[in-house]
Amino acid sequence: MAAAGAGRVSAEAGEAPEALGPGPVPCALSVNGREVRIEIEPRVTLLRALRHYSDYTGPKEICDRGACGGCTVLLDGKPVASCMMLALDAQGRPITTVEGLARDGKLHPVQEAFKTCDAYQCGYCTPGMLLSTVALLKENPAPSLDEIKRGLEGNLCRCAAYNHIFDAVQMAAKKMSASPAK
Amino acid sequence: MKSSIADFAVISPRTLAEALASLRQTPPPVPLAGGTDIMVLLNAGQLEPGVYLNLYSVPELRRPIEVSAGVRDAGTWGAGGADPPGEVRLSALTTYADVRRHAEVRRLLPMLPLAAREIGAVQIQSRATWAGNIANASPAADGVPPLMAYDATVELSSAAGVRQVALSEFYSGYKQTARRPDELITGIRIPVPAPGSIDYFRKVGTRKFQAISKVLLAGLVELGGSREIRKIRLVFASVMPFTYRARKTESVLEGRRLEPGAVSLAVETLRTELKPIDDIRSTARYRLKVACNLLEEFLGTTMGC
Repeated sequence: MAAAGAGRVSAEAGEAPEALGPGPVPCALSVNGREVRIEIEPRVTLLRALRHYSDYTGPKEICDRGACGGCTVLLDGKPVASCMMLALDAQGRPITTVEGLARDGKLHPVQEAFKTCDAYQCGYCTPGMLLSTVALLKENPAPSLDEIKRGLEGNLCRCAAYNHIFDAVQMAAKKMSASPAK
Repeated sequence: MKSSIADFAVISPRTLAEALASLRQTPPPVPLAGGTDIMVLLNAGQLEPGVYLNLYSVPELRRPIEVSAGVRDAGTWGAGGADPPGEVRLSALTTYADVRRHAEVRRLLPMLPLAAREIGAVQIQSRATWAGNIANASPAADGVPPLMAYDATVELSSAAGVRQVALSEFYSGYKQTARRPDELITGIRIPVPAPGSIDYFRKVGTRKFQAISKVLLAGLVELGGSREIRKIRLVFASVMPFTYRARKTESVLEGRRLEPGAVSLAVETLRTELKPIDDIRSTARYRLKVACNLLEEFLGTTMGC
C-alpha cells in the first residue's frame, strides 16, 4: 500500500509524496521550550506521544474522544485536545503542558490561585483546567463569570469543584492584571 | 488510544499540488483536517485502515479568512447606491475558533459564530474545520446549516481543476456528497446577505451546552418594503438523513406577505415536507414537532421585527 504516485502525474501537477508508516517514523516535538525527539507510528496521538513516548504525564487520558478536556495542552498558545490530533501534526509548533507553567520553581499565578482557592478535589482535571485558564486569560484578561464558564466548558470536573475553580480563575485574572507577566 | 488500528499511514504533502496528486492514487487517501471526527474513530479502534492525507502540512490550505473588498465599504449601504456584492471565503483549514475571533465575519455572517460556539468546546473549536464539517456529512452537523442558509458554495479542487458546487446541492443521501474521491474541499465561499436580512439560529439538544443536536434550524429571510418575503432559506440539521433545505416550504412562503396566515401555511407545508429520522438521539415524532415549532418561532419573531 501507500504507493507513491510518482511517474503517473505530471511535474507541474505535483507528485504524491511517500506515505509514512504504518511503522515508526522520527518525530520532533517542541514541548515547553525543549526539543523532544521520538520514534512513533503515525497513528500515535499527541497525548500518547507526550505520556508514553516521553515523560510528560501532565496531560491526562480520560475520555480519549475530545469531550472531557483532561488532555488539554496549548498548541501555538491555543488550547487543543491532545487526544484528538496526531503527534506528527504537532511537529514544529510550540506545545505547552502543565509541566511548563511553573518557572524557576515558582508557580504560575493561575496555579497559585488554584492552590489558594482549593480549586480541586482529586486533581485529575487540574492540568487541563489550568491550561484552559491560561489560554482564556490571555485572550480575555478580565472575563465575566459567564465567560469563564464558556472558556472552561471543555473541561469536566467530576468532583464538581467548579465553584472553587471559577473563584480561582477570577482571582488569577485580578492578580495577573495587577502585575502583567512580561 | 484504548484500541488502535495497526495499519495507519499518513501522507504529509507540502503543497496543494502534492495533495491533489496524492488523491489520484488508488485507493485515494482520506483527507485529515482538524481530525475531530476521525480521531474519535481512531482512538475507539473503529477507523478504517488505510492511508490518510494530512492537510495541516499544506500552507495553501491555511490561508486566513478573506473578505472581498466591496464589503468593507459599509458606509455606502442604504445610501441609495447598489449594494456591494461582498463575499467571505473560508479556506479548507479555517477553524471555528478562527471565525469566532474574526470581527468582520461576526458582523457580516452572525450565524457562523453562533454555530461555532455550539460545536464542542474551545479545545475542539481550535482544531475543527468548517470544511471538515461539510465533508464529514453528518446529518447533525451544526456548522453546515448556517452556511447553507447563507447560500455558500463549496470549492472542490482536483488535479483536473477547480469547480464550485452549491452547498445546497452537495448532499444527496446519508453520507453521500458531490465530492469525488480525487477532490479536496479547498474553500467555502459565502455571499454576504442583503442588508436588513433577518437570521435565525437555534439548536435543540439534550442539554443547553455540549450536546449534539436533536433538531436545528438555520433560517434567513429577506423582506421587501410591504413585508413580502423576497427570499427565505430554511435549513434543518438532525431531522433528515443529511443537512436539509426545506425548499417546498420556502417556495410556499416566497412572494407572500409575512402575516399569521402565511405562518400557519408554512408550518403545515413543513409538516408534510419533512420525513424525520429516528435514531439514538431522538424520535421522528419529537423532531417533526420541534422542527415545526422552530419554524413558527422564526417566522413569528420575524413578524414582530
